[in-house]
Amino acid sequence: MPAHAMFRPEDIRFEVDVDPLIAELTRVLPDEGLIVHEAGRRAYECDGLSAYKQLPLLVAVPETIEQVQTVLRLCHEAGVPVVSRGSGTSLSGGSLPHPQGLLLAMGKFNRIHDIDADRRIARVDPGVRNLAISEAAAPYGLYYAPDPSSQIACSIGGNVGENAGGVHCLKYGLTVHNVLELTVVTMEGELTTIGSEALDAPGLDLLALMHGSEGMLGVIVEVKVQLLPHPLTKAVLMASFDNVEHGGHAVAGIIARGIIPGGLEMMDGAAIQAAEDFVHAGYDTDAAAILICELDGSEAEVADQMTAVQDCLREHGATRIQVAEDDEAKARFWAGRKAAFPAVGRISADYYCMDGTIPRKQLAYVLRRISELSAEQGLETVNVFHAGDGNLHPLILFDGNKPGQLEAAETLGSEILQLCVEVGGTVTGEHGVGVEKINEMCVQFATSEIEQFHAIKQAFDPAGLLNPGKAIPTLNRCAEFGRLHVHNGELPHPELERL
Amino acid sequence: MSGKDQADALVEQVVAAHDRHSPLSIVGSGSKAFYGHATPGETLSVTGHTGIVNHEPTELVLTARAGTPLAEIEAALAEQGQQLPFEPPHFSGLGTLGGAIAAGLAGPARPYAGSVRDMVLGLRLINGQGELMRFGGEVMKNVAGYDVARLNVGALGTLGVITEVSLKVLPAPASTATLALEIPASECHPRTEAWLRSGRPVSAVAHDGERLYLRLSGTTSAVADAVSDIGGEPLPESTARAFWQSLRDQTHPFFDPSAEPLWRLSLPPGADLTPFGTPSLIEWAGQQLWVRERADAHAIREAATAAGGSATLFRGELPNVSVFHPLDAVKMRLHQSLKAAFDPRGILNAGRLYPMLEAA
Ligand SMILES: Cc1cc2nc3c(=O)[nH]c(=O)nc-3n(C[C@H](O)[C@H](O)[C@H](O)COP(=O)(O)OP(=O)(O)OC[C@H]3O[C@@H](n4cnc5c(N)ncnc54)[C@H](O)[C@@H]3O)c2cc1C
Ligand SMILES: Cc1cc2nc3c(=O)[nH]c(=O)nc-3n(C[C@H](O)[C@H](O)[C@H](O)COP(=O)(O)OP(=O)(O)OC[C@H]3O[C@@H](n4cnc5c(N)ncnc54)[C@H](O)[C@@H]3O)c2cc1C
Repeated sequence: MPAHAMFRPEDIRFEVDVDPLIAELTRVLPDEGLIVHEAGRRAYECDGLSAYKQLPLLVAVPETIEQVQTVLRLCHEAGVPVVSRGSGTSLSGGSLPHPQGLLLAMGKFNRIHDIDADRRIARVDPGVRNLAISEAAAPYGLYYAPDPSSQIACSIGGNVGENAGGVHCLKYGLTVHNVLELTVVTMEGELTTIGSEALDAPGLDLLALMHGSEGMLGVIVEVKVQLLPHPLTKAVLMASFDNVEHGGHAVAGIIARGIIPGGLEMMDGAAIQAAEDFVHAGYDTDAAAILICELDGSEAEVADQMTAVQDCLREHGATRIQVAEDDEAKARFWAGRKAAFPAVGRISADYYCMDGTIPRKQLAYVLRRISELSAEQGLETVNVFHAGDGNLHPLILFDGNKPGQLEAAETLGSEILQLCVEVGGTVTGEHGVGVEKINEMCVQFATSEIEQFHAIKQAFDPAGLLNPGKAIPTLNRCAEFGRLHVHNGELPHPELERL
Repeated sequence: MSGKDQADALVEQVVAAHDRHSPLSIVGSGSKAFYGHATPGETLSVTGHTGIVNHEPTELVLTARAGTPLAEIEAALAEQGQQLPFEPPHFSGLGTLGGAIAAGLAGPARPYAGSVRDMVLGLRLINGQGELMRFGGEVMKNVAGYDVARLNVGALGTLGVITEVSLKVLPAPASTATLALEIPASECHPRTEAWLRSGRPVSAVAHDGERLYLRLSGTTSAVADAVSDIGGEPLPESTARAFWQSLRDQTHPFFDPSAEPLWRLSLPPGADLTPFGTPSLIEWAGQQLWVRERADAHAIREAATAAGGSATLFRGELPNVSVFHPLDAVKMRLHQSLKAAFDPRGILNAGRLYPMLEAA
């Protein structure tokens, strides 16, 4: 992996005396709670973005909130960086270890403390898997709405860290819209709660700030989430288009009619073919694009919306509409979309999953530009995306064994992100910035904005020990990437240290 | 689109105040002057900075300058069959978009349609050093950098001057009906839950001490089914609209401004409301409670804390009582350091949220 994408000198400026720290931590973390040996640490060397690998200095696996507090306090005193890790499924290197740092693995925080069915609130540990919450709530007719495709594996703490989303988020929101309260430990080891079981909490909205903060402001040790009643009915239908642009117009048409589907997803021709070969979902492999639409609510609502959506799809030139007749068919329609990544894994030696968001009206232009940019890099791109909200996930196909292809894939990924910014979108939809998109942050944000981010970080973590080198680029990094917005050759606030 | 861009002038005024170390009091239409602690300093008026910058109905996004009257925004949305889901109050159409975002208060639909911050996608902000910055964007999913846009909702202008806001907007429901039901206040939560779980399109639940008011909003047949199944007294459309508006804009007789003080309690679902005494007005199926209590501010705060909620002295003054619910020491420190991160000289709306904020 090119050095520019990993840590910069200012991110690894720490002077760590590891032996006394090990001695103190061993007392706090009995048995397997502290992993020092290389073989043990190796298991944590990367997250879901496996092209980036880094051994942590130490791995701590705490079991209690007090242990988390003590570990943080000791690291704070010793000036040792800390990277929190949930399930390690981040696709942007968010939980990539720091070479001079302790990796705080939250996997043993895996208890569901309480499902309060009457009030629809679940109190859970941060390491609980996203899907496990819905499974525990199911006997009460309830579920947790945000459903990232990784939901069998990813943790709720990591979901907060990345502000994860899923198929349901157009209608039911992202993680930030569904979490009520967090219990958080600061880098100094202090405990506080943020948010409330009530619909608002006094003071500044620190709860919003924690979402998507990629483990840089505090360590989450407990989460209270809002549960929703299962919708009474669901309908799923699938429409084929012979042109991606028509599909995009159909999406706009559905929304213009005042309908917000529970899920609205699109796949291009290459993705349809790969998914159909993999799961045999009955997809229309002649189509240039298919749109999968889920409607949910009461019988009456869904019936009203079904008619309106079908009319709309026909008006926008759908060449074929299939309606799932039963639960098995509904699951089958979704299966291909949900398995799109592994399906693509079968047709290509390697693939690189990008994540960016655009205003939906730019869809046709962006897809055309992506195919041009792909051709320039000599690579193929397959597109699956959350059509309702403009969140794209181009899958860049490459072969890591062929020299130069990984670098070409990275270059293409960066160009796609810059394209998203150019059309008024952003460099991430739901995967976070991590180390992956840190350079492109310099494209989306001006110097003053990046400095404001650093000031916020400093307010929470003055010593800069939580997850250094992630999410917010240093100005030096932007300067190197050629994207520092400098006026008259002068850096703003030259007196400040450039971190 | 129409309106006036005065961002440069606003930046100049903040830069000048920063250089002179002199405080500024940010004012939209001033409709909320009673809310929060008094703020010293020269007035920074945002009302001249107006206009809808972008509205893409099919993308569910509207962007407007902060001084734009809410009434203008709602009219533009209504033309496209859309609305602001959080029902911001706008008192005779005067309230501005920036003021509504900075105050962060939502109307009757809050528990079912989402809060003000849930609908904020991005904003432009002038910090205390006079830097005009943009955070978030005009798309539904924004996780790049810290969520400064949502952080500013309800911050009462203590972190910056909001100059422009992008909001998620939603289609207006095809049909709406309101029922008045003879149900005691203690039944607000369980009844509402039962309606929600049977798929009823609940969009507001309030109780005035005598009757429960249930608003239903959704597709035509879903609303019609609910009305015939639930029973009660259907209110004529104009009466219903006037009732919800009187809660939203606090013109309902309960809010008689001469009868200060007025407490706002924000409570978890299903909380026992009896410790807060009477008279009270219940909104959000029991999660927002309005109480008049002159005697014992301490007891009100204690009861709210014990219930897992908070109490704001919404209107009126009481000696030695802070407007907003106290924060624990860790959160207060974080508030102070955040304030310093945005406004190191403490010139923006000093003391309005917590008088201690500038102490750092
Ligand atoms: C096949 C696949 C499909 C995916 N699909 C989606 C999708 O549809 N939508 C989506 O949003 N994402 C998706 N992802 C990405 C990923 O699953 C999410 O980002 C998820 O939220 C990460 O959770 P995690 O527990 O694995 O976190 P990790 O990878 O362990 O950590 C993610 C970030 O959160 C921080 N963090 C973790 N735990 C804590 C804690 N307790 N306190 C403070 N900070 C913490 C970490 O420091 C890191 O910055 C997918 C990933 C894969 C591999
Ligand atoms: C429950 C409730 C009750 C209400 N009751 C009343 C009432 O009784 N009477 C009434 O007139 N209105 C009332 N309103 C309406 C409300 O005041 C307005 O709808 C709106 O929220 C305020 O707009 P404004 O322009 O008047 O704000 P202002 O009163 O001017 O400002 C409100 C706050 O926001 C800050 N602010 C304003 N603009 C900006 C900006 N651009 N950037 C940063 N900070 C800014 C101010 O400094 C102040 O702290 C009520 C609202 C609610 C939710």
